[in-house]
Amino acid sequence: MSELRMDLHTEPMILSMGPSHPATHGTVRFLLKLDGEKILNCDTEIGYLHRAFEKHCENGTWTQAFPYTDRLNYNSAVQNNVAYALAAEELLGVAGKMPERAVYVRTIMCELARLADHYTNLGAATLELGALTAFLYFVEARELVWDLIESVCGARLTSNYVRIGGLASDLPEGFADHVKRVFATNREHWRQFDKLLTKNRIFMDRMRDTGAISAEDAIALGFTGPCLRAAGVEYDVRKANPYLVYDRVDFDVPVGTTGDNFDKYLVRMEEINQSLRIVEQLLGKLPKGPININDASVRNPAKEDVKNQIQSMIHHFKNTIEGITVPAGEVYVPTEGSNGEVGFYLVSVGGGKPWKCRVRPPSFALTQGVGEMVKGAFLADIIPTFDMINLIGGECDR
Amino acid sequence: MADLAERIKKMSPDAVASVSSSLGQECVVVHKEAILEFMRRLRDEEGMLFNFMMDLTVVDYLGKRDAGSRFEVVYHLYSLKHNHRVRVKAPVSQADPAIDSVVQVWRGADWFEREAWDMYGITFKGHPNLKRILLYEEFVGHPLRKDYPLRKRQPLLGPEN
Repeated sequence: MSELRMDLHTEPMILSMGPSHPATHGTVRFLLKLDGEKILNCDTEIGYLHRAFEKHCENGTWTQAFPYTDRLNYNSAVQNNVAYALAAEELLGVAGKMPERAVYVRTIMCELARLADHYTNLGAATLELGALTAFLYFVEARELVWDLIESVCGARLTSNYVRIGGLASDLPEGFADHVKRVFATNREHWRQFDKLLTKNRIFMDRMRDTGAISAEDAIALGFTGPCLRAAGVEYDVRKANPYLVYDRVDFDVPVGTTGDNFDKYLVRMEEINQSLRIVEQLLGKLPKGPININDASVRNPAKEDVKNQIQSMIHHFKNTIEGITVPAGEVYVPTEGSNGEVGFYLVSVGGGKPWKCRVRPPSFALTQGVGEMVKGAFLADIIPTFDMINLIGGECDR
Repeated sequence: MADLAERIKKMSPDAVASVSSSLGQECVVVHKEAILEFMRRLRDEEGMLFNFMMDLTVVDYLGKRDAGSRFEVVYHLYSLKHNHRVRVKAPVSQADPAIDSVVQVWRGADWFEREAWDMYGITFKGHPNLKRILLYEEFVGHPLRKDYPLRKRQPLLGPEN
């Protein structure tokens, strides 16, 4: 008996987890120092998806940056499009002149993207925790939202939908009815997720009290979005610095208390409901009218005009070859992405190309916090913690 | 106009070189020697309380400004309590591309400063772990500098053997 109680000499084990681990979504490597199953230290290594976003943007015209912004947070690509367009329009001084309809459509698309993003995040998280059934419901819900996005811009993920001074195309015919059908199913899905997960003992055991972070720590680390709100900080750019038409719709900002993974889950679940609400309100108020600004030096004229009028053709040619001329200046425009504050910091020295095109990636700050959040926890707790951070490689590594 | 920026100037007149406001955004240019103390005051003083460091990046003005102020380290701060934002900029020279780290003020600055080092080669003095973050250790140069060629390729060097 005494031999069993003898203190065995053990040494911490170094374990390299990732960058391609089946139970994490996103390419990231954790260098773990373990004592048995307990994490003594966790070094997070990112950069596997770095593809020189800024360098590319600096070497193309202002318009050519849009497809690159799609590939930041590819789960909610339209939000990145919109964030970039808002910053560029601010620099151009046309931000206040945007047609009403375009602003409404942008807001609708942002919220649809938020839905798709939260479905993806929660779906992937449940999959990685072994709840395959819930995952299938989430993916179905997301697929329906992607159908909506596809009907607007022709692509499910890489939307490339927004333009400086307008939109690539108007909403298709019958869009409001399509949304109504999808949302009815989505609400049914929501009830299913809720039944499957919110009171599920296994799910709760994995999520409750794991990956908790205090409000002070979350702020010091630069957390934003659902992860910050789960810690009890009511900060949402849509409320704090309203942009688009968020000041004209009625919605609540859900806030958690403990900052643990379960609260992050609950916040996202409620945000799904709020996004549905926002889109429905906006569709009811959607004004008619043009979707592009009437300024050929900012937004290309319509195709028929380009083919029939010399003036329009010249504008089209110059906008394409030289790029839109943006006056010298700098601007930082914050927006509320699905993961937190997405802010574009653009610097122009005049001319057709951005001098600097920086995006403030929410995932970057969040991923930085993973090490702190899992210290002292068990190895298995990395999975839910990292899931709820929702690292998107495209955005974190740019 | 520039009300907040003026107040910041009054708070630390020695640290602030100039203040400006454009497109409704307030901007403060500070001397890089004073950055650490200045940031601490921005975070703690009653009227400021910038508890969020939202973003840190660098702009390379090669060919636009002289070598003495080629780089500019740019911080975007936000105060939750007062719901105000400010942009702080600190010019850094080509000959001595270094500035004090603000990790002591905001822990979250850690990775942002590593990225700035990685991409622009700005040294953050006092940073606990200043190494590359997005690129690999063996990478030569700092690719977001304007004199780094767009099409330059480097072999990806693996560990020996």
